[in-house]
Amino acid sequence: MQPGVVFAQDYQYMCSEAGQNIIKDAIKTHGLTGVVVCSCSPRMHEATFRKAAAQAGLNPFMVEIANIREHCSWIHKDKEEGTEKACVLMRAAVAKVTLNAPLKAGESKVVKRALVIGGGIAGIQTALDIADAGFPVDIVEKNATIGGRMAQLDKTFPTLDCSSCILTPKMVEAKANENIRLITYAEVEEVSGFVGSFKAKIRKKARFVKEDVCTGCGVCMSKCPSKKGLNEFNMGLNNRSAIYIPFAQAIPNVAVIDKEQCIKLKTGKCGLCQKVCTAGAIDYTQQDEFIEEEYGAIVMATGFRPIDASKFDEYSYSTCKDVVTSLELERIMNAAGPTGGVLLRPSDGKHPHSIVFIQCVGSRDVSGRGKPYCSKICCMYTAKHAMLIRDKYPDVEVHVFYIDVRTPGKNFDEFYRRAAEQYDVDYIKGQVGKVYEENGQLVVRGVDLISNEQIVLNADMVVLATAIEPDPTARKVANMLTASIDTNDFITEAHPKLRPVESPTAGIFLSGVCQGPKDIPETVSQAGAAASKVIGLLAKDKLTTNPCVAHSDELLCNGCSCCEKVCPYSAISYETKLINDHGVKETRRVAMVNEALCQGCGACTVVCPSGAMDLKGFSNKQIMAEVDAICL
Amino acid sequence: MQRVSERVIARARELMREGTVNKVAGWKAGEFFYDCAPYVFESEESLKDLVYDRFCAANLSKYMIKNSVAAGAEGGKVLVLLKPCDTYSFNQLLTEHRIARENVYVLGVGCEGMCDIDRIREKGFKGITGVDENADGKTLTVHTLYGDGEVAIDDVLVNKCEFCKGKAHMIFDELISDNEDEGPRGDRFAGVRELEAMSPADRFAFWQSELSKCIRCNACRNACPACSCRKCVFDNDASGIASKANTDSFEEKMFHIIRAFHVAGRCTDCGECTRVCPQGIPLHLFNRKYIKDINEFYGEYAAGAEAGQRGPLINYTVDDIEPAAVSDKGGN
Repeated sequence: MQPGVVFAQDYQYMCSEAGQNIIKDAIKTHGLTGVVVCSCSPRMHEATFRKAAAQAGLNPFMVEIANIREHCSWIHKDKEEGTEKACVLMRAAVAKVTLNAPLKAGESKVVKRALVIGGGIAGIQTALDIADAGFPVDIVEKNATIGGRMAQLDKTFPTLDCSSCILTPKMVEAKANENIRLITYAEVEEVSGFVGSFKAKIRKKARFVKEDVCTGCGVCMSKCPSKKGLNEFNMGLNNRSAIYIPFAQAIPNVAVIDKEQCIKLKTGKCGLCQKVCTAGAIDYTQQDEFIEEEYGAIVMATGFRPIDASKFDEYSYSTCKDVVTSLELERIMNAAGPTGGVLLRPSDGKHPHSIVFIQCVGSRDVSGRGKPYCSKICCMYTAKHAMLIRDKYPDVEVHVFYIDVRTPGKNFDEFYRRAAEQYDVDYIKGQVGKVYEENGQLVVRGVDLISNEQIVLNADMVVLATAIEPDPTARKVANMLTASIDTNDFITEAHPKLRPVESPTAGIFLSGVCQGPKDIPETVSQAGAAASKVIGLLAKDKLTTNPCVAHSDELLCNGCSCCEKVCPYSAISYETKLINDHGVKETRRVAMVNEALCQGCGACTVVCPSGAMDLKGFSNKQIMAEVDAICL
Repeated sequence: MQRVSERVIARARELMREGTVNKVAGWKAGEFFYDCAPYVFESEESLKDLVYDRFCAANLSKYMIKNSVAAGAEGGKVLVLLKPCDTYSFNQLLTEHRIARENVYVLGVGCEGMCDIDRIREKGFKGITGVDENADGKTLTVHTLYGDGEVAIDDVLVNKCEFCKGKAHMIFDELISDNEDEGPRGDRFAGVRELEAMSPADRFAFWQSELSKCIRCNACRNACPACSCRKCVFDNDASGIASKANTDSFEEKMFHIIRAFHVAGRCTDCGECTRVCPQGIPLHLFNRKYIKDINEFYGEYAAGAEAGQRGPLINYTVDDIEPAAVSDKGGN
């Protein structure tokens, strides 16, 4: 037995009640001062075993886990070497536990208000559910209206109901709910604090229109002489005025001035909108405003965007106007879109007779140009587009190139089969190598893998099912919130299966596509799940804090500020005080840790040259003891 | 150098006489003319021993940690003579809040490179009794018991001056210098590149051989302005490191590597470690490796170029490079 170990027991299911009882009994019988459990990851059962120890009267922080599953048995094939490693890991944990000190968790307050970043369907649903439980919620949306991507969609699969018809009531509800504050045309600039007590600084960009005065009548838009701004809502397929309301159902239904396009703001001349506005809402002198607020929980609902199709030049997206992305087609098909819902090709406004869809543009792409993941929604929306076109314009031939058609979802496969079988959509298994223009006609060269033949098709339009990627703001927001992100910039869950709507950073929750590709029903259910987690948090009056925080040894501290500079939580400050260093009294600058802000990441302990900074529960000595146990 | 030297000494006396400062941190010749060691002069009278010549390579910045606080306590100020390269260290210490700036009067002194007596001896001179700088500013006349000889200054520079960072002072209250800044001299990373080109086994053997010369005299640590902890981890029994280094069969390796880690990102490449090493270990190569890596990963960074910098290794920003950058750049 290892030095210090007085009792060892092998039991297969230590996390079971019987297993826990073994631990409790051993603590009592042998008067144990520490417990090491050699088992799975501490992320699974550390809490279980700590609780068991506490019930037997031992400080819960005197329990250490040696992870011999994820760190050992699951990853090593050689059983003998694996066993040897398991023993080493056990020795390290025993070496550490002998240096453990009892720790006591403190308490912190819970601000009963939530922040939702992003006002798409995910953010709206989360906010509605939190608000319904009686807690105030702020939605911060970077655009001038809430609604997000869903507002741009025409119909939704697999039911083909109108997207805005189902979204608009939710938007109206969000506006009407007295617990919800909509902060649109705004971005979160800074976040500090921790679970239960975050502080956020929100920049509300100048609209140059007084939000509370504008009636949304739209006269300004019709009179505005600058009409060259690209209409973002219609994916740039047509233009809009410099002063604009993004779309008819926008919430808030308030105009906004695009300062890059506005003649008055650029040259000082014009001012037409101000003259025609009967409400007197126009204010060219408006400045960005800042809102500072405290929140108990923050939900990320930053959504997605389609990837840039011009990265895939073989499809000639940047050179041929009739090569469009699916989201662009969505706008072309929509009654409020640039063509009033009539299917016309962008180059000459003529009715197309043949349309080729190309799936997986940038999805499942390991070449590095695209994304390695499946964007999940493209098979279904392509089937939807194909079906809608065949339904409305039976004269149009529709071909779909696909790698696989993926339809897991309620009524999804039935939907796809209806497109292929009832609507005669020509599904071709294979990929497209090249799209080019020849004599005013698009030519699509691809391969049919089933007949193993090269195919050349003439097309009037080509539609690219572009992959989706996290909105570019996600990375910035995640960094601000210290929420971890994966290599694709999707926000990482605390556990992919068991905690899918929480970030590993306490108090940060995930809603919608920011976590991974999803369709609308999945987004809405996940949004509700995130809301329930937020409600669970906000319902508490106090939170227990993590006692594993950093502290500084005043006698060793140089006051050099290195720790302060690496601290991501701004938990370290300095004090100039009289220090009695073994009888020598000296005024020194020394570091102080705010235990409420410290998250125990340990960055300060690593950077401290003199070793003055140390982390409770993971002290330098404990780590060294573990290393020694492994290496010596 | 001679002319600057006279002006520097005269000005130091003047500042002391008029009461601007009550102490002067400079250099004092030892038993031999080339043994110029740091010294804090406390009276105008004592300043007769102040020297500033080709052998005043020691960096005085570190002495300001204690002396600036002490001067403040006495209600006075300390004058410190800083060569261009020394000012980087001074700034770095200001960044780390180690020097009470208000108690220090920085006299920037021009420098044309310091000479290494051992390199002069390597040129075949024995029984050296004195060295005079010739009027051309490029050669030295070496006086020996056996007659005079001449040597090119460029051939006998101390290591840090061979790779001079430049003649510009990064901080000063007053400047006495005739130098024009010609920028850095030589490729200071050439030695690092040679090491990088070695196989890991050869590199290990190189360091094993070099570091096994170490006698743990701690001269490098004592001279290093970045090694300024109130209590060094190696002197702290409670840290558990001191005894560890002793149990290792190759303790010096541990000491120097840990030291290099501790000063990484804070080292200004002042070269004192190598200069003071009695065993001639090229310790600066460790530090330059870190500096080179920092430059490559985070963009050019000179620790101490200004006070209040946030060095890339100890600065949390949301735009921080991802750890994958190491492998992206071919590292492992």
